Amino acid sequence: MIIVTTESVPGRDIVGLKGLVQGNTIRAKHIGRDIGAGLKNLVGGELTGYTELLTEARHEAMGRMQAEAEALGANAIVNVRFTTSSVAGGAAELYAYGTAVVVQ
Amino acid sequence: MVAFINLGIVVGLLVLGFVVGGYRERSHLASLDRREAEMADIMVVNLARVPPDLHATAGTMVAGTVVVGSDYFKGFLAKIRALFGGEVQSYAILVERARREARLRMLSEARGHGHNLVINVRFEWSDVTPGFASAEVLCLATSLQVQPNDTIVRP
Repeated sequence: MIIVTTESVPGRDIVGLKGLVQGNTIRAKHIGRDIGAGLKNLVGGELTGYTELLTEARHEAMGRMQAEAEALGANAIVNVRFTTSSVAGGAAELYAYGTAVVVQ
Repeated sequence: MVAFINLGIVVGLLVLGFVVGGYRERSHLASLDRREAEMADIMVVNLARVPPDLHATAGTMVAGTVVVGSDYFKGFLAKIRALFGGEVQSYAILVERARREARLRMLSEARGHGHNLVINVRFEWSDVTPGFASAEVLCLATSLQVQPNDTIVRP
C-alpha cells in the first residue's frame, strides 16, 4: 500500500478512484501519566508520555485508514491529512483521511 | 441522608443516560446508515482538482455542520477510562456520529445541486461549547457534475 500526502504518486498513473477513506482513534492517558505531565509542566520540557500517546494514536488511525482502503480494493492512498480534536478534557482524537485510488 | 439523595441523583442520571442516550444513539446510527445508502452514488474524494480525464461542470462550495452532545453515562465511562488509559470507545462513537452527520449534510447540499462528484473534502473541528462533552464538526467541499460513467478515471 502506497501512502502519500501528495495528490498523485510520482511515476505512477492513477487509474481508478475509490473514494474517501478514514481512520480514527480517541485515546486517554492513564492518570499516572497525567500526574507526571503535571509535574513536568513545572519545569518545562517534552511530555514524553503524551508524545508516546500521539505516536500510538497516529499508527492506529493510519492502520484503520489503510484497512478501509484495502477493503475497497485500492493499492494507494493519496492526499493523506491528519486532524486532531478533543471531545472533553483528557481524551484526544487523531483522525486520518485520504483518497483511496488504484495506481498502475 | 443528603449523601444518599446525591447518590440517588447520580444513579438516576446514569440510568437516564444509558437508556435514553443509548436509544438516541442507536436511532441516529440507523438513520445515518439509511441516508448514506441514499447518497452512495456520489463519489467523495479529497483531491484538490478534478482528475484530468473527467469532464466536470463548474463547482460550487457545499458544507454541513453539526454539534452532537454526549450523554451522562458515556461521560462517566470516559472518566473511568481516563484512570487507566487506552482507547475511549464511548467517545469514538460520538465523534463518528458527528462526522458522518456533517458529511451527510454536505452531501445533501451537493444532491440539491444535482451533483455527483465531491472533491477537496475537509473536516474541521471546533469547540464552541467548552465544558460540554460534545463533538462539533464542519465538513466542507466542492461539488460538481460529471458524466455518470466517468467516475473511474481510466478503464
